[in-house]
Parts: sequence; structure tokens; C-alpha cells
Amino acid sequence: MSNAPGDHEHGHAHDHGHEHGHRHPPQADHDDRLTYYKVMEIAVRELLIEKGHITADEVRAAIEAMDARSPATGAKVVARAWTDPAFKTHLLADGTAACRSMGIDMGPTRLVVVENTPEVHNMVVCTLCSCYPRFLLGLPPLWYKSRAYRSRAVREPRVVLSEFGTHLADNVTVRVHDSTADMRYLVLPMRPAGTDGMDEAALAALVSRDSMIGVSLPRRP
Amino acid sequence: MTVRFAPGDKVRVRLAYPPGHVRTPFYIRGKSGSIERMCGSFRNPEELAYARSGEPHRPLYRVRFRQQDVWPDYSGAPADTIDVEIFAHWLEPA
Repeated sequence: MSNAPGDHEHGHAHDHGHEHGHRHPPQADHDDRLTYYKVMEIAVRELLIEKGHITADEVRAAIEAMDARSPATGAKVVARAWTDPAFKTHLLADGTAACRSMGIDMGPTRLVVVENTPEVHNMVVCTLCSCYPRFLLGLPPLWYKSRAYRSRAVREPRVVLSEFGTHLADNVTVRVHDSTADMRYLVLPMRPAGTDGMDEAALAALVSRDSMIGVSLPRRP
Repeated sequence: MTVRFAPGDKVRVRLAYPPGHVRTPFYIRGKSGSIERMCGSFRNPEELAYARSGEPHRPLYRVRFRQQDVWPDYSGAPADTIDVEIFAHWLEPA
């Protein structure tokens, strides 16, 4: 597992089209360091497989299913709420049940949907870890899990928003939601102007992942 | 366990620092806000994290705080808020 970085000085421009007789340090792998918890995960997984509780293929399939989730699911929910007032009312009252009515089963996850209006802008963070509505948005982006976002989203949300290119007037209230326990949050962005004739599928294409986290606004048509 | 708070009630987060898996962020301890909603009752994560049952279920609330009450030098608008999920045993009437 060991790399040998710094084997030589880089005092010249590289041309990888020819052999030039010295070794380059390999780019660091994501898994080049076995931490305590990585070792524990491997040990527990191998034991569970060895004792017949789960199979390696089940582990692989679970990872594949997790990776297959994407923000497109959340975008469909938002587009439905934009076009169906009864669904929107249901979604805001009980996000979990409303999603289930669309065939999206979130298991035990409780979904709270928070609505952006001309007066209120919502933004989601998990200061303690990386809680995120994965059934609707897939895996969280790396920045969502970063210490900088997790601490600054609660401390100076308007500055963070401006760094994402989202500039809000002072008379718009910013509501940050810290996902600390059993709820998961989805921002229902405002439907952009100029979308009157658009159907659900076309509207869903305007709904970005970041607009459902609340750091951005939907695309304009 | 009975529900102790209703939406709009003023509450204060306990200022305590017990060890273990606590889902009450440090920055909100000792701060005052108001109940936004009751989220339901859930097994206690402070017990669950150590392979105990987490029973009985504990009421979980969303509490809304004014940012200016959380950060004395908050730079945003006075009406800005932060909502945090907090278990009943971390809340006291304010």
C-alpha cells in the first residue's frame, strides 16, 4: 500500500510521450490509507459474509442501488408540486406520504418539505454529519459533507449563498434547517417565471440538485 | 412519555455537555427559541448508538431560533432563522 512520493525533483516540463528514465510518484488513491473505521468495516463485512448472514453480491447490489439514486427523483416531485396544487398541499403537510403516492418509497425516512416564497428562502445543512434526502437526491455532494459548509451554513448563510451565486435581498428571510435527528429536508423552490405552458417533464429538467438543497435557484427556461 | 410542548411555546435548550452520541449541536445549547412543530416520537439516539434499545421513544421537536439570538454578531437580516431538531429531554420551558 505504500507510495514513494518525492522520489525525484520535478525541475523540468513533463512529456509523457517518451521514456525518461525516472519514476513518477503515483497520484494518491482515495483508499491509500486504512483508517481504524475502514479496517473495522472490512472486518465486520467479511465476518458477516463468512458466517452466511449476507453475501458479497448483496453488498455490491446495495451500493449499486445507492449510487443509482439521483436528483432526478426529487426534481419529479418538485415538478409535480408546481403543477398539481392538491399534491403540493399534501407534500407540505406530509412529505413522506406524498412521495409514496408517487411510488417513491423512502422507508422509515421522514421527509419535511420547506417551501420557498418571495418572502422566505430555505437552505438545508446537517451540521453533525451528512444527513441528506438520499432517496430523492442520491448521494450528497462532497461540499455538503465538508466542515466548511456544515459550519458556515448556520453561521453566515447569506455569505455561503452568495458564494454559490445566490444573492438574496435583505427583505427575504433566510431559514436554515439543520438536519440533526430523524427528519430529512427537501426545499421546494419557486417555479421560475416564463414556464406557464411547460409540462411536468420539461419543468423537472429545470430543477437542479442545488436548488433542492436551497443553495441555488432553479434554472430558467 | 407525554408531549410537553405545543407549537409556539418558548423553550430553552439545556446547557449541558454529556459525553456520547448526542444529536444536539453545541452551538444551540443554552439558546432560546420556539417550537415550530412536533416531529413525532423516536428511539433515543443517545442510547441507540451504543446498541441499546433506545426505548422509550422520545418526542422530537423542530425548534426555530432567531439567528440573532444564536450568534450575537450575526451579519444577516434580523428575521433570519435556524430550525434545529431537538429531543424533548434537551428542552426546558423558557
